[in-house]
Amino acid sequence: MKAHLSRRYLFSASHRLHSDAMSAEENHLTYGKCNNPYGHGHNYILQITVSGQVDNRTGMVCNLADLDGFIEREVLARYDHQNLNTLPDFAQEVPTTENLSIQIYEIVQRGFTRAHLEKVRLEETMMNSFEYAGEEGA
Amino acid sequence: MLYLTRKAEFAASHYYHNPEFSVEENQRIFGKCNNPNGHGHNYMLEVTVKGEVDPRSGFVVDLKQLKEVMYREVLQAMDHRFLNKEVPEFASQIPTTENIAIAIWKRLAGKLERAKLHRIRVYETPDLFVDFYGET
Repeated sequence: MKAHLSRRYLFSASHRLHSDAMSAEENHLTYGKCNNPYGHGHNYILQITVSGQVDNRTGMVCNLADLDGFIEREVLARYDHQNLNTLPDFAQEVPTTENLSIQIYEIVQRGFTRAHLEKVRLEETMMNSFEYAGEEGA
Repeated sequence: MLYLTRKAEFAASHYYHNPEFSVEENQRIFGKCNNPNGHGHNYMLEVTVKGEVDPRSGFVVDLKQLKEVMYREVLQAMDHRFLNKEVPEFASQIPTTENIAIAIWKRLAGKLERAKLHRIRVYETPDLFVDFYGET
């Protein structure tokens, strides 16, 4: 039997939305308050969904301790309580939650092999959320 | 096709143990969840059904019927119970969130008039849930 397991994690980070490819006016028009040079912060909620056959011996798609350990080490340690703009990950791209979702998806896709990654969901605020499930047809 | 979701909460205790594993294996794999006295959760169940809207009633499914079926087939059996000891499915399998979702699907499948089961979602905690779509 195939089931989908979802787990939610909290991390807090700051960011500023700004593109060097745009003029000051374009940045202000595109990003509004998010262009504040000092940045602003969010309590991001990360929701990881994996799928797989339920193991007959353990009753699990994967051991939660393995998933939690991986996310703690490879994602939360990387982004929690950081200023995203100062990280090498965002040297070349704007730390929008879209781009962050894709980065996290790729980290998990590459490194967590105990279950199939279905999608990454990031809740930036209580009103905005983003989901990435990899490229279609990939 | 329209999708309707009805939620229900149930409080239950459980523990994780496989009698075919050694004591050490059970401890290593299941950790604190292996405590034989059990521990508890307020589970949240979401039953999602799908179907076409009936032109006379405007319903995908009669919600009163759905609630009754959920109570009779699931909540009566699992609410305020020790799952390992009181629910027949869990005499021979571990009451993980995955197995609870699958058991609930099997209890509800085919019991609804008109609408079909689309998804069973079981939250063990607000940060951990399993979806089962009836896939083998």
